[in-house]
Amino acid sequence: MFSIDLSGVSKTYGDKVVVDKLSFSVAPGECFGLLGPNGAGKSTIARMILGMTAPDAGKITVLGVPVPAMARLARRGIGVVPQFDNLDPEFTVRENLLVYGRYFGMNTRKVKAVMPSLLEFARLESKVDARVSELSGGMKRRLTLARALINDPQLLVMDEPTTGLDPHARHLIWERLRFLLARGKTIILTTHFMEEAERLCDRLCVLERGRNIAEGRPHALIDELIGCEVIEIYGGNPHELDSLIRPYSDRIEISGETLFCYAPDPEKVRVRLRERAGLRVLQRPPNLEDVFLRLTGREMEK
Amino acid sequence: MGEGCAAALPANAWNWIAVWRRNYLAWKKVALASILGNLADPMIYLFGLGLGLGLVVGRVDGTSYVAFLAGGMVATSAMTAATFETIYAAFARMNAQRTWEGILYTQMTLGDIVLGELAWAASKAFLAGTGIMIVATVLGYATWPSVLYALPVIVLTGFAFASLAMVVTSLAPSYDYFIFYQTLVLTPMLFLCGAVFPITQLPQTFQQVAQFLPLSHAIDLIRPAMLGRPAGSIGLHMGALCLYTILPFFLSAALFRRRLMS
Repeated sequence: MFSIDLSGVSKTYGDKVVVDKLSFSVAPGECFGLLGPNGAGKSTIARMILGMTAPDAGKITVLGVPVPAMARLARRGIGVVPQFDNLDPEFTVRENLLVYGRYFGMNTRKVKAVMPSLLEFARLESKVDARVSELSGGMKRRLTLARALINDPQLLVMDEPTTGLDPHARHLIWERLRFLLARGKTIILTTHFMEEAERLCDRLCVLERGRNIAEGRPHALIDELIGCEVIEIYGGNPHELDSLIRPYSDRIEISGETLFCYAPDPEKVRVRLRERAGLRVLQRPPNLEDVFLRLTGREMEK
Repeated sequence: MGEGCAAALPANAWNWIAVWRRNYLAWKKVALASILGNLADPMIYLFGLGLGLGLVVGRVDGTSYVAFLAGGMVATSAMTAATFETIYAAFARMNAQRTWEGILYTQMTLGDIVLGELAWAASKAFLAGTGIMIVATVLGYATWPSVLYALPVIVLTGFAFASLAMVVTSLAPSYDYFIFYQTLVLTPMLFLCGAVFPITQLPQTFQQVAQFLPLSHAIDLIRPAMLGRPAGSIGLHMGALCLYTILPFFLSAALFRRRLMS
């Protein structure tokens, strides 16, 4: 049985199609990513999984129950990390966990019993009596993550879990999420960070305007759709460079002032570019950014 | 449609308590300031109008003006406390602070949240109304022990005005719209419902309008209790306040569902 199963799900606001006949399944223990730019429908899908938004068409099953019809039952087994922090700023770390546990029907004694392990998990043992407003951005996110675990959920729904964090804080969150995956939790996360999707997700689906435009294991998608080294070139006229190196490339994409050259034999391209002064050339392995560019003709994060 | 109703209704009879306790915990941290703030305004009216204007007015309805005014101020302060808690504090929790969003991600429903907020606003109304009543009783403007009959009415008044304000909260795009509710609904009620002068001073048409307003029902029960007089039509007044609680509750829950869960 799948933890999450969407089939033919659509959602329209006015005449704007936000989610378009979307289908995917997430197996227990899997980390599944919804990858796409802002406005691709990621948050709407997350809300539909939680039963906050009803689809116009299609079927959603979460943890074995139909959603939104029995969403309340499903949410007993779900932990949510929302895109925007909604911790209680006037409360301490301890109070936030206590209050949130009560929303799941836990009494004070029960919350106090699980609190030490949650604080240890979130590395917030020394901050237990600090107010949320005194915490750093990374600490707040970790508290939100700990709070999402208070009902010992099987499934975690995370909407942009590391957006707005500095790299150090982001790596710490990733490490914590891998720890949860190792303990068998199922995670569905939305992100527009390619690196996040590549590092964490077992499988992902690439979204554009609410449509599923590619689905699979990150590295399988990269191999299948790119499959060669990438050379990024900037500092020159990209259209002029295009004609110069086209014979040695599988494919060339231009985005802004950067030219992306997909070259089976990068050395040949580099030789052609050597005579040009003032160019910045970066050769690197392909990643999901290239996949997205290939599929949509645009970059995701810029 | 079935699932929509379930989301807007309370899931059970006790879920709302978690919301009430959340608000109580937040309030405890600022309790002193909150109590003083809630009491200061009606006290100023009670003594400013009651003693100052009372010199000119003399006796009203067979009692001193300040004793007459005390019942009106208790009801009005319950109305104001419940309303402000709902339109400002609950709106903030629903909107900018995203507190409600966090609660909705648990096994709580929108109906549980709205009910918890109403109960909390009614608690604050009880605190505000009772505070003035205690002062009035100690100073001899109210009759002991009949004044105790006013206590449940203060709670119900709080529920009714919180529930009405919840409809406003569910519709308001921003804080700016609440001023209309205050100036166009609450303030006229203060003068139409006999809070500061007997309703019999009003033209006949206004008197007829007034008997449908929730504050009239609250005052018609609270004032006799405080003056130690028998109250008439208790069932009617209690029933009216219950209706003003129940109908807006369902309406606001449906409106919130449309606003937050579409």
